[in-house]
Amino acid sequence: MDLQMFVTLSPGNWLLLLVALECSEASSDLNKPANPTAQHTPNARFAAASSEPDERISVFELDYDYVQIPYEVTLWILLASLAKIGFHLYHRLPHLMPESCLLILVGVLVGAIIFGTDHKSPPVMDSSIYFLYLLPPIVLEGGYFMPTRPFFENLGSILWWAGLGSLVNAFGIGLSLYLVCQVQAFGLGDVNLLQNLLFGSLISAVDPAAVLAVFEEARVNEQLYLIIFGEALLNDGISVVLYNILIAFTKMHKFEDIEAVDILAGCARFVIVGVGGVLFGVVFGFISAFITRFTQNISAIEPLIVFMFSYLSYLAAETLYLSGILAITACAVTMKKYVEENVSQKSYTTIKYFMKMLSSVSETLIFIFMGVSTVGKNHEWNWAFICFTLVFCQIWRAISVFALFYVSNQFRTFPFSIKDQCIIFYSGVRGAGSFSLAFLLPLSLFPRKKMFVTATLVVIYFTTFIQGITIGPLVRYLDVKKTNKKESINEELHIRLMDHLKAGIEDVCGHWSHYQVRDKFKKFDHRYLRKILIRKNLPKSSIVSLYKKLEMKQAIEMVETGILSSTAFSVPQQAQRIQGIKRLSPEDVESMRDILTRNMYQVRQRTPSYNKYNLKPQTSEKQAKEILIRRQNTFRESRKGHSLPWGKPAGTKNIRYLSFPYGHPQSAGGDSGAAEFTDDDSSDPGLPFIKFSTPSQTGSLQKRRRMQEAIPMKSLHGGGKAFNSGYQRNASQEGAVGGGRRAASRPKPLFHVVDEEYESGGESEQESLAAGSRWTADRGDSREHDKSHSPLLQRK
Amino acid sequence: MGSRSSRAAVIPDVDSIRRETGFSQASLLRLYQRFRALDRSEKGYLSRMDLQQIGALAVNPLGDRIIDSFFPDGSQRVDFSGFVRVLAYFRPIEDEDTGIRDSKQPEPLNSRMNKLRFAFQLYDLDRDGKISRQEMLQVLRLMVGVQVTEEQLESIADRTVQEADEDGDGAVSFLEFTKSLEKMNIEQKMSIRILK
Repeated sequence: MDLQMFVTLSPGNWLLLLVALECSEASSDLNKPANPTAQHTPNARFAAASSEPDERISVFELDYDYVQIPYEVTLWILLASLAKIGFHLYHRLPHLMPESCLLILVGVLVGAIIFGTDHKSPPVMDSSIYFLYLLPPIVLEGGYFMPTRPFFENLGSILWWAGLGSLVNAFGIGLSLYLVCQVQAFGLGDVNLLQNLLFGSLISAVDPAAVLAVFEEARVNEQLYLIIFGEALLNDGISVVLYNILIAFTKMHKFEDIEAVDILAGCARFVIVGVGGVLFGVVFGFISAFITRFTQNISAIEPLIVFMFSYLSYLAAETLYLSGILAITACAVTMKKYVEENVSQKSYTTIKYFMKMLSSVSETLIFIFMGVSTVGKNHEWNWAFICFTLVFCQIWRAISVFALFYVSNQFRTFPFSIKDQCIIFYSGVRGAGSFSLAFLLPLSLFPRKKMFVTATLVVIYFTTFIQGITIGPLVRYLDVKKTNKKESINEELHIRLMDHLKAGIEDVCGHWSHYQVRDKFKKFDHRYLRKILIRKNLPKSSIVSLYKKLEMKQAIEMVETGILSSTAFSVPQQAQRIQGIKRLSPEDVESMRDILTRNMYQVRQRTPSYNKYNLKPQTSEKQAKEILIRRQNTFRESRKGHSLPWGKPAGTKNIRYLSFPYGHPQSAGGDSGAAEFTDDDSSDPGLPFIKFSTPSQTGSLQKRRRMQEAIPMKSLHGGGKAFNSGYQRNASQEGAVGGGRRAASRPKPLFHVVDEEYESGGESEQESLAAGSRWTADRGDSREHDKSHSPLLQRK
Repeated sequence: MGSRSSRAAVIPDVDSIRRETGFSQASLLRLYQRFRALDRSEKGYLSRMDLQQIGALAVNPLGDRIIDSFFPDGSQRVDFSGFVRVLAYFRPIEDEDTGIRDSKQPEPLNSRMNKLRFAFQLYDLDRDGKISRQEMLQVLRLMVGVQVTEEQLESIADRTVQEADEDGDGAVSFLEFTKSLEKMNIEQKMSIRILK
């Protein structure tokens, strides 16, 4: 596997390696024994220059020390990025192993280079760098991309599992290892209980989100996904809190003096640290949301505000020895909802991408450090300790999973099956967090630190590679009992149809949750919080034009690819084909199957897809747009023949369909005539309506007439002024759901058919603004599926 | 749950619905709440546009047909019992259902046969009991992206009908449909976990 991956690295990569080698060679020559910090080198340079005034000015000089640290850091990050590109080029690879495997390998490679070139000052991570710079972006990203609604619905289970699970794991592993250390034969007698407990706490810091990407194929249900994600999120915080408390204990020099009161104080501190951190985070979240309310004129600093406030919450919490991790998580969660509505679309995208980038950089650097410390001479290998660590990690995770879920299943409406629990157990992959904590153990208190580090590394490598690679097949095995290798085209089509059907019915059913608490919060939110935190009069005029642009572009493309031309749907030719049933060769069948597989629309995933290392490309939006455009045209076709309810014939004017018209399902569109709508309105560059001819359907004429009556005048005219020209088609349609939910507060339905005659030219733009703003304001309230990537159509 | 049961009395005909569909009391209550949430203007029934306002259905390629399946026989309104009846098809099959059922009672709605019947009617728009080639083509067109040409679609439709058609009439009857799917785990594919 490794060889294969190296082969896929581009030649540019090799060049980079050579360059890196050269530079480190050069640096080892130029390096002074003293620590070459940036401050020394300028002085050295000036000193050297001034002390030899009669030397010729050299045309070419090499000064590596000056740039060493940023240069090397940049090279590493670049190397990791190139490796990732290579990783994704071979498209099957991301499904086979998690990306953290790749990062570890890159780290090992860099470590090997540094070791091999005998670098005089290898990179060293110290406690302040890790806790102040490397950790916050990772945690922030986790908190920001968490889907809030499902998270809060499952909050009890998640807290129960993440919190208690970490504690059980930590103490379990620690105590078991202590018992092992008592055995004289292993030579571990000098590792006392406290050190073992500390080791247990750091080794129980799992990073299961790293394997989430491998699950994508197997349809993991939302609850399972949430539990894994929630655990990844909270686990870091809890481990660090525990770690700090135990370090504090260790620092008390007289171990024998630890009394019950100290232990109680420790527990109390645990709770206070956790809760205090969360409160800090929430406060900062609200403050930053409030500030973004006023930034409409300088939208360029909006990302800055978001990041700075999150970071500030972390630092402020750390000042008071509260849990910075939990603070920054809570800040991200609180802030997200309001900030997303306030900031401009570009800022929103910037925030998302920048967050991903920062966390990616942090993680890469940590893995580099890990690689460097792997390939080195500072190991202490103790067979017993390491093997038992591995064994106990698995055993205790299994115990905690099955025991804790057994209890929590009693209280859940939808209990986790044994299959789910197995998946949760198996996803206990350790990551960068454990390594960092192990690496930062103070040597003075831990004379056998090297052994701990080695053991941690072994666990990380084992779990990441072995569990990471095999979890995919395991999930698929658990999910699909029989694998039909060769599905006939029939089956493929029907399977996909049923998937769509199931997804559709699930959408009809909606989300079931504990309504009371959520409703109360929503009411509170709506009445107070939103008034304070959300901007008024969101000027989203460019939403309308953006929609039109997108729609136009897409429609043009569709026409150009010939799909929607009038010949495509012509009926008469098909009569001849019924006679000739061709004998198809296997290759034809194969190619047909290929066509089907590649081109059938994907089933809409209800679970938000989170990928730790990447923001998913927006293929689903493209698909949604296509579907919507097609359906819009068939709607228009079916409406064409009838008069609109308020009594004007449709054909005589330019009807601009700015949203979904009510009611005509495809089967009722019996119009065989071509509908031609041209938009002559020069004031508003509307859509060029493309000429379509519908297939003649077998739907009866009566059905059509009945459709007509189905539109009650009341809802179209609701509120007096029923006509808005806001073009509000939304691929993710979250606003529509909001319309469905809030009967009382919105007398006007969100979507109308607009009749151009009723608008005056000047009003149209204004009304579109109003509609746009209302729509976007509604959107946040009614967000059902908190997708991590908001589709482009949704915002400015 | 004490407070809940008093609200169950609000659901009209709750007992007959329960018997017909097999939903538990709690599920029925939740479905009723959902029904009322969808019925924004509180008419007591759902019309097509109420269902169309479910945003996610709009981007479902089969959205229209799914909505249509709630309105059998061309009616324009669906009341709660009709609503629940459709959803009952998607109830997961429990082991208890298959055991104790006695043969005189009608098959429960969520049996495999009935699930297949429900899926069949998505294809068979004219309700003639057969999926003609034309109907298959229409479904294909709905489900496939725009890059596929019409000829390809037609040949795929041909092939699909050909594979399943045994008596050579150029259409797929319900029995042929069932036969072509006998290896598939319909019970799992067409069951929604939350609808217990």
